[in-house]
Amino acid sequence: MNAAVAALSSVGERRRIAVGYGFWVFLLSDIVMFSCFFASYAVLVHATNGGQQPRQLFDLDRVAIETACLLVSSFTCGLASIASGRRNAVLFHVSMAATLVLGATFLSLELAEFMSMVARNAGPTHSAFLSAFFALVGCHGVHVAIGLLWLMTMMAQVYAKGFRDDVSRRILCFTLFWHALDIIWVALFTVVYLIGVAP
Amino acid sequence: MSKLIPADKAADVAPGDLPAGDNESGVLGYVIGLVLAGGLTAVSFYITRGGLFWPPSIPTALIVLAIAQMGVHLVFFLHITSGPDGTNNVLALAFGILIVFLIIAGSLWIMGNLDHNMLPMDQIMKMQR
Repeated sequence: MNAAVAALSSVGERRRIAVGYGFWVFLLSDIVMFSCFFASYAVLVHATNGGQQPRQLFDLDRVAIETACLLVSSFTCGLASIASGRRNAVLFHVSMAATLVLGATFLSLELAEFMSMVARNAGPTHSAFLSAFFALVGCHGVHVAIGLLWLMTMMAQVYAKGFRDDVSRRILCFTLFWHALDIIWVALFTVVYLIGVAP
Repeated sequence: MSKLIPADKAADVAPGDLPAGDNESGVLGYVIGLVLAGGLTAVSFYITRGGLFWPPSIPTALIVLAIAQMGVHLVFFLHITSGPDGTNNVLALAFGILIVFLIIAGSLWIMGNLDHNMLPMDQIMKMQR
């Protein structure tokens, strides 16, 4: 505790706490927004308009691979934040690159799923259930895509500017964002895919 | 912990940062989180395939597993803990959970009630003629 108080005497540490807390409040409001999409999905899931049901549409093997990608990327993102704390540029770039590859794999699997659904006449215009599905899963996908852009920006900033205080505050916010996306995915694969397919 | 800290120097920690003095166990914490979260995910996918649980209980079991996994992520990845350094972060989280609960439970309750009380579609069409 005394060490924490001593660390607080620096202005940089106080700013880091303020920035992290502000971003945490933003993430919670983002989660509140997702909860609205979840609520509309749960209300509309049976409104299939005579079309295909969740059980016929979802491929659990693909979802399992997507889940593994995102979970391991959360771990490598944690390694990147440790590397940033230790000012270790090599470890930082390696673990951020691993996060980038896993996130891109996740996104391409999700896009392949969307395209195969549209090709099977199960696009977002077909029923209320499918509109809610594409809105919810697509919104998470858009967040992942933005996160990947942010990730590459952070790699470039560390490469160009090193671990300055402002850069490491941005890295803190990015890691919070990426872990929060993984938490939303846990809710998503459970509510949409597993409960949709469960007997 | 034994002595009081002046209000302007109250210890605080940014979400995602480990409490001071805990930095050595950093990697280990992420490894534990990965193993726990991976295990809970594997159990979720396994019981969905059926045959292990009484089928009507599976959705409830899945929701319990998901909430447990979100807790694992919060503690081991986001480092939101109930320690004295994280009071503000935990309070914000508690408020967020309250709003999320109100939105989801309220929507399901009200919309389920409406659905239950609504006439079947063909009778609505008849009344409109």
